[in-house]
Amino acid sequence: MSSTLLRAQQLTAFYGDAQALFGIDFELHAGETVAIIGANGAGKSSFLKCLTGLLRAPREAISLDGQGIGGLPPGHIVKRGVAMVPEGRRLFPSLSVQENLQMGAFARRPGPWTLERLFKMFPILERKRHDPGTSLSGGQQQMVAIGRALMSNPRVLLCDELSLGLAPIVIKEIYDALPTLTGEGMSVVVVEQDVTVAQRVSQRVYCFQEGRVALQGRSDALTREQISEAYFGLGSGLSLSEGHP
Amino acid sequence: MIETLLQGLLLGGLYCLFALGQSLMFGVMRLTNTAQGDFIVLASYGAISATTLLAVNPTVAGLVLVPVAFAFGYALQRFVLSGTLGRDPLPSLVVTFGLSIVIQNALLEVFSADPRSIESGGLATHSIALPGDLAVGALPLLIFATAVVCTAALQWLFSHTSLGRAFRAVSDDREIAELMGLDSQRIFALATGIAFMVIALAGLFQGLRTTVSPADGPLLLLFAFEAVIIGGMGSFWGTFVGAMVLGITQQIGFRIDPGWGIWFGHLVFLAVLVVRPQGLFPKTRG
Repeated sequence: MSSTLLRAQQLTAFYGDAQALFGIDFELHAGETVAIIGANGAGKSSFLKCLTGLLRAPREAISLDGQGIGGLPPGHIVKRGVAMVPEGRRLFPSLSVQENLQMGAFARRPGPWTLERLFKMFPILERKRHDPGTSLSGGQQQMVAIGRALMSNPRVLLCDELSLGLAPIVIKEIYDALPTLTGEGMSVVVVEQDVTVAQRVSQRVYCFQEGRVALQGRSDALTREQISEAYFGLGSGLSLSEGHP
Repeated sequence: MIETLLQGLLLGGLYCLFALGQSLMFGVMRLTNTAQGDFIVLASYGAISATTLLAVNPTVAGLVLVPVAFAFGYALQRFVLSGTLGRDPLPSLVVTFGLSIVIQNALLEVFSADPRSIESGGLATHSIALPGDLAVGALPLLIFATAVVCTAALQWLFSHTSLGRAFRAVSDDREIAELMGLDSQRIFALATGIAFMVIALAGLFQGLRTTVSPADGPLLLLFAFEAVIIGGMGSFWGTFVGAMVLGITQQIGFRIDPGWGIWFGHLVFLAVLVVRPQGLFPKTRG
């Protein structure tokens, strides 16, 4: 495996007085896809918020290429190459599809992603480029959200709950685009509720539980039982059903 | 009747200038500036001071005042109003209400309660003859033309520029806009700066058209509010139409009885609130 691109060390985070993350250790290598799984409230989205600067973190607790980026404003972090596809897409309602995509280029780094290339990847978006972003179907909105993040030419793409509320065929179509990204050296972090999908699309999996890393390992090496234990806690007696937690 | 409509439209032009800054600040920041009228009066006094102390004509005073107003608005947002923005609208209401009191009392202290106006050099009394024995004042016509240009310019800025896109994005979802690399504080400051440029023009024209005194602000705020709410919060052409409706209604009231004009405007405003509370053309869109 190549050298570490993004690293979190003993990362803690708070919402006011409430602690959300308790000493998270995390590594992401160049060209790798890592999945983060866990139940609701496990700290997955809080972790991504720390990586993007939306939630305050100690400077040295997060590093990109060895340089501390924890606690930097979101704009500084995106300029260094970390972009996020937020949970629920969150397109700008008053902007068209094309304008939404152009917003992603506000802090653009040099790189291959342009409007033309995005339209080649998702042809439906070109046909609907002048429509309001929020008038699209859920899957098409997700394409816009991914495209918006890609427009900054990131080195690390963070995807929060890509499959939320989408039909399985649409989820497959969206996840099928990931190898194109990692094939060009981009690293991807996928937060995913669906464990089967998470294991299929990633090389490594982190399982969060109550703000801590409960399990990590190679996606193809972790067993269903190991993940169930980490997901729900030892001795809970609960198990993961196929295709869904 | 045609003359009444014409005078109403021209009066609406002034109200439009009163209201555009309010519409812009609400559209981008969801901030209701209750000191809007007092800032207009402050701008009038700025123009009065420039024309008397520096002995310059109103055009030069306006050319000086507009960039100064931009810088003032930018700094006001960056250092005072930025801390009041959030889900709760109360802090911004309280702070701008406080600014309103400060401005009124400061003007009273410096300029006294005596009404003052800007020497227009004959512009305020010059009129242009129209067919059918009609005549319109050159100054009201200039004010109306300025209102049209300002409305069109703001709508173009919002719809066709990257800054306008940024305005709409931070208005839609500030957190995600920051995630795209936008500095929302800077975007808000730019919006306030632009709003204050329009406020400066409104103050200049108000001082040219009539007399101003330190206590005039709340009434001007009321007209601005009524125009914005009739048109729909955050829509520039809606604000323009709202101002025209207000101006025409007041003129019809004045025509019936000189004491009825203002409250005729209030009646239309109340009717819109009851029938269509979101206004005629709500929310600025690209």
